[in-house]
Amino acid sequence: MQLYLPIAEVSVNIFLILGLGGLVGVLSGMFGVGGGFLLTPLLFFIGIPPAVAVATQANQIVASSLSGVLAHLKRRTVDLRMGTVLLVGGLFGAALGVVVFNYLRSLGQVDLLVRLSYVVFLGIIGGLMLVESIVSIRRTRNPTAKRRKLHKHNWIHALPFKMKFRVSGLYISVIPPLLVGVFVGILAAIMGVGGGFIMLPAMIYILGMPTKVVVGTSLFQIIFVAAFTTMLHAITNYTVDLFLAILLLVGGVIGAQVGTLIGTRMKAEQLRILLAVMVLAVGVALALELLIQPSELYSVTVASR
Amino acid sequence: MIRWLFILMFSALPATAEQIVLGLSQNEVAITTTFDGSEILIFGAVKRDSPPPDETDLGVIVTISGPSERVTVRRKDRVAGIWVNNDSATIDVAPSFFAVASNRPLNEILTQREDRQNRISLGYAVRTILPTNRGLQDYIEALLRVRQQNNLYQLLESHVELTEGTLFRATIELPSNLIEGEYRAEIYLTRAGEVIDVFRTAIPVQKVGPGQFFYTLAHQQPAIYGLLSLAIAVAAGWMASAAFGLMRR
Repeated sequence: MQLYLPIAEVSVNIFLILGLGGLVGVLSGMFGVGGGFLLTPLLFFIGIPPAVAVATQANQIVASSLSGVLAHLKRRTVDLRMGTVLLVGGLFGAALGVVVFNYLRSLGQVDLLVRLSYVVFLGIIGGLMLVESIVSIRRTRNPTAKRRKLHKHNWIHALPFKMKFRVSGLYISVIPPLLVGVFVGILAAIMGVGGGFIMLPAMIYILGMPTKVVVGTSLFQIIFVAAFTTMLHAITNYTVDLFLAILLLVGGVIGAQVGTLIGTRMKAEQLRILLAVMVLAVGVALALELLIQPSELYSVTVASR
Repeated sequence: MIRWLFILMFSALPATAEQIVLGLSQNEVAITTTFDGSEILIFGAVKRDSPPPDETDLGVIVTISGPSERVTVRRKDRVAGIWVNNDSATIDVAPSFFAVASNRPLNEILTQREDRQNRISLGYAVRTILPTNRGLQDYIEALLRVRQQNNLYQLLESHVELTEGTLFRATIELPSNLIEGEYRAEIYLTRAGEVIDVFRTAIPVQKVGPGQFFYTLAHQQPAIYGLLSLAIAVAAGWMASAAFGLMRR
């Protein structure tokens, strides 16, 4: 069954989009990530214009992170204060990201920017995760190895403007969380992702937040950054496709439940290795596209009608 | 006076006047939410006052063209090991869709002069304001090639069926990635390469239904459209969480 997407101006198969949304939903349920990093490139592959894919994806992230954050609020695993500081940085970063996005779009380099960002970040994150989970599997097999310290004092504690974050049990400067927020905001606007895959490691390793509050807090601020990004893309580019967003949502919501079921039956280390391999695979696939000579060197974009 | 005008008009036509009588399978194309391309059947007859002089050199050419666009064509080059968009050229007038169908290969039924004057074949459909130099020619060729691969430009020689030199018919497929606007259908009748009659008609193509509504809203009230998208996302996220909360209980 075909559906003509009014904003993207292409006709797509409904079941294909539902399936893509579902597949990414399964992954996000299994691994607790948004899955935007996989969905955006997949949308490129099936012929959705990159600008529409990125903007629509932002809208879909609002829905998926909201449903996640509601569950976390019940369990009291959201640090609202930390979330707000991250959010202030995130909004600023998202505005900056959309400006950069539009500038490069006018130069015809937006494809390159999006692809390069994906290659770089998927490569780094996938590689780190793979190393980390292999190390942790070795550690469980060899329990005499020394454990990591729970709390480390580093350069972050020397910065001014300190603030108390009770839920996280932290007393640190607001500068690092603000910077993390800006950085993730830029990525959200450019890559059409929530940025969870950058935010989570940054919260744990840079800010030193306890693991049980990071997912809820990150989801909390992603809702607002993604909502802001959606509005900016809708107003400046007219590229949010509601029909596409709804199809992705429906597929994603169902898939997430299936994914959660699968996730509870697998070991955490196995899950992380699997996710790391997948992240690396997407990164390598995108890198190859940049490195191998394309069969058609020319591309056509409509400047005005 | 009027009688003189009539006499002038008729004397301007060739002695063996042949005219096109035309029918279309549809007068407009509606892009509905389930739109997956469309097919237009163009059929008609050649009307004559006297028996045809010769059937063999009669040509029927059908063109359909979409609204013009200004397009940017970019070329990828290898820069620092990766393929990036490097050089670009702007082509001022390029139809968003263009199909040429004829009963025989175009060069057999159309002289180059007539082709250029009427802008019939693909090469003449695309124009630039600046005089075309050799560099620009590469980009024009690339545009024609890319759009032919996407079925947006179609060269359909020997696609018009001509029966007994009188009845003709052609089907032209419109792809699913059509844009809205006024499409023009032109039918040329040629004898020995010279155009002897032209018939022009418009085929409006427009979005209808919800697609039309949301497209207009997105472009004319982007803030409201953005808020609407967010409202739907929030409602969907909340409902999903509520539904699964119930399921777990």
